[in-house]
Amino acid sequence: MSATLKPYLTAVRHTLTAAMCLENFCSQVVERHNKPEVEVRTSKELLLTPVVISRNEKEKVLIESSINSIRISIAVKQADEIEKILCKKFMRFMMMRAENFIVLRRKPIEGYDISFLITNFHTEQMYKHKLVDFVIHFMEEIDKEISEMKLAMNARARIVSEEFLKHF
Amino acid sequence: MTEQHRFGNNPITCHAWNADKTHVALSPNNNEVHIYQRNGADWKQVDTLNQHDLRVMGIDWAPKTNRIVTSSADRNAYVWSQDKDGKWKPTLVLLRINRAATCVKWSPEENKFAAGSGARLISICYFEKENDWWVSKHIKKPIRSTITCLDWHPNNCLLAAGSSDFKVRIFSSYIKDIEDVPKATQWGAKMPLGQLMTEFVNQNAPVGWVHDVSFSPDGNKICWVSHDSSINVADATKGNGVYRLRTEFLPFLSCTWVTNNSIVAAGHSCIPVLYTLDKDGQMNFLAKLDTSAKKESGGLSAMKMFHSLDKQARIEISDTNLDSIHQNQITCLRIYEGTKEKATKISSSGADGLLVIWNLNASSLSLENLKI
Repeated sequence: MSATLKPYLTAVRHTLTAAMCLENFCSQVVERHNKPEVEVRTSKELLLTPVVISRNEKEKVLIESSINSIRISIAVKQADEIEKILCKKFMRFMMMRAENFIVLRRKPIEGYDISFLITNFHTEQMYKHKLVDFVIHFMEEIDKEISEMKLAMNARARIVSEEFLKHF
Repeated sequence: MTEQHRFGNNPITCHAWNADKTHVALSPNNNEVHIYQRNGADWKQVDTLNQHDLRVMGIDWAPKTNRIVTSSADRNAYVWSQDKDGKWKPTLVLLRINRAATCVKWSPEENKFAAGSGARLISICYFEKENDWWVSKHIKKPIRSTITCLDWHPNNCLLAAGSSDFKVRIFSSYIKDIEDVPKATQWGAKMPLGQLMTEFVNQNAPVGWVHDVSFSPDGNKICWVSHDSSINVADATKGNGVYRLRTEFLPFLSCTWVTNNSIVAAGHSCIPVLYTLDKDGQMNFLAKLDTSAKKESGGLSAMKMFHSLDKQARIEISDTNLDSIHQNQITCLRIYEGTKEKATKISSSGADGLLVIWNLNASSLSLENLKI
């Protein structure tokens, strides 16, 4: 782990622990509804100030919380075109299967690559500290995953071009 | 010592005890209320109250008249009373609200109750003999958001309400049809229905949603906990000055007085904490009620590592469980033994489905010169 990654993840972990204090809250605007307030944004007193934690211009986390839900948006490091494409495809793959990930949001917030939406129903079913662990683990692994994919792709491209040039 | 009781894995929204603490009513986070009878260490489910069709938000059991009131997100409240064979029969209350009823509390004399709601109002409900049903009167102004918590003053007239617009207010809920004119209190003398006696605002710093509010046993002090992790006390005999203590814990969700100058609060930190007030009105941290020792770390054993890798596909061997008894937020605190003036045991329930009874005796807290 590099020197700047650890304090970055520690900051995210502490912010998430404090922000993930959710409770059941029925809509005060629509009858018999119970919707994540961070998404519907109908009463401004139920929303907290959003927090951005950034490691550099490319890598940052936006944490928006409200009385019954919290939205975490992550921008992943993308150094070049290949990483951009890989990141986009990978995130798309996961977000198409958002139901299986339970806390994943189907669309990212603008300016970010992937968003999670955690509501009080999730914190009732799952350990809160494990949810925080999951987000941190995801952030740790995603960089690794993308650079591995990039290496694999470069290696494959090299083999393919070698095979192709054998014909001449 | 502390007793732990498990009622399934569902979160317990809230719980309430009957007068002699042999029965408990609790809601397993759905539209039902279960009534359990204590049988030594076991619990037997004796009745299920299923009249609501959305999640139950509040339960209160009147000890003297032995009636239960429940409120729910389906905008209704029911008063349940026991017939001759011990079955609970519901009576619908006309709350006249069009949002969820969030919390409900019997008044000390049990001739009326208050229900807070997401419709930005409080319904004061009482039984009208001529019509043979429960009717309600509304307190509307100046509430700006959902009422999250309520508590009654011992004089059966004043009502404290906390809401998600960051404010705590004290209203008069005097209903002239059913009771005599109340005597003047420290909070004011004139008390028509709906009169705003006091409003506590903190202009200097941002505060959070108020999660719970409690009147002290003598009725002169009021304590509330809010989402900025603070615990606040206001004293009417000292000109309504507010003392605010910012704590290092995650926000509290529930609080109750256990003597005239000490408070127990519990919430997202999963442990109940005891605070005391000294003579100058300063609040001090006294003790954590949860003294369960840290689990042994055990060092790095290869066996443990493979075990965890095999069972959960994880390499780290850190335990999943928290170091506290409750494993998720504590949402409800009740006095189990004693009264607000001198409570010796309190009970807590939370989102982990546990009901824990805590002993407040000094010896069990293993603290010397503890005076609460």
